[in-house]
Amino acid sequence: MDLNKRYTAQSWPDHPETATLEGKNKFVGFWLLLAAETVTFASLFATYLALKDRGPDGSEFTAAGLFELPLVFAMTMILLTSSLTSVYAMYHMKNHNFKAMQAWLGITVLLGLTFLGLEIYEFNHYVHLGFGYTTSAFSSAFFTLVGTHGAHVLFGLSWFIALMIRNSKRGLNMYNAPKFYLAALYWHFIDVVWVFIFTVVYLMGVIG
Amino acid sequence: MAHDTPEKIRSHAEHEYLKKKRSTEMRHQLTSFAIMIFLTLIAFTMVAAGFSAYLIVPIILLLAAVQVVLQLYHFMHLSNKGHGTVAFFMFSGMFVAFITVLALVTIVWW
Repeated sequence: MDLNKRYTAQSWPDHPETATLEGKNKFVGFWLLLAAETVTFASLFATYLALKDRGPDGSEFTAAGLFELPLVFAMTMILLTSSLTSVYAMYHMKNHNFKAMQAWLGITVLLGLTFLGLEIYEFNHYVHLGFGYTTSAFSSAFFTLVGTHGAHVLFGLSWFIALMIRNSKRGLNMYNAPKFYLAALYWHFIDVVWVFIFTVVYLMGVIG
Repeated sequence: MAHDTPEKIRSHAEHEYLKKKRSTEMRHQLTSFAIMIFLTLIAFTMVAAGFSAYLIVPIILLLAAVQVVLQLYHFMHLSNKGHGTVAFFMFSGMFVAFITVLALVTIVWW
């Protein structure tokens, strides 16, 4: 089958992401990656929980004193909404509506960039308070966990942007449908991790 | 890959049926999203209201778990057909994740 073959909405398969052998392999391989990423983040969460509010230095900085909920709430809502907009993008992908898919992906990218901007502002604020990466065991564990998530956001955004630009003139076909689908899966996974970060790090941190 | 997907052009009726099915699915996704927003609001409100930590922590962890299940099963389609193998991967990952957190936390706390 020619991967670059043109399709219409009527000939477009119901599940284009797994319609080819390549798509099927990517799908299985990508979920295996997500399972491995779950373990990666678990080890970072476990480290954070073990070292939360621990020194030896910098004991003036505690989770309860440092974190502020309004900013975290805004970040949570933005990332959650971006998860929905990528669902819309995949809805249009399945309907073979390339322009609508690109538009929703564009909105997803804008929301993601806003999230990343707020996170950079937050980290910058902490560093100005004197809470840097090497201040305490707590600060290292915090920045490693939340920073790794932020790096995933950055990677997800670059992935979306690269796909959108690379395929802007190509339209949807069997070659790129699995790519768009997996990028959207990755984006949902980033939101899954954030659900635990806002609960375990911020909400449980503010409680003390 | 020469012949793994013979091209199939759907009849008009079949096409309309699939389109309708997808838009129904999309409405369900919107419902999931509304539930997720609602759960998030409850979690933040409980913490802002300053209830006892012993009450809040189990509840917000439960809310997070429900939200993750919604993401995995609805947004990421884990419950759909053909997701058996990948669901097995994911549950294995979660199991190892749980053991990892349990081990590190108990070593440090006890």
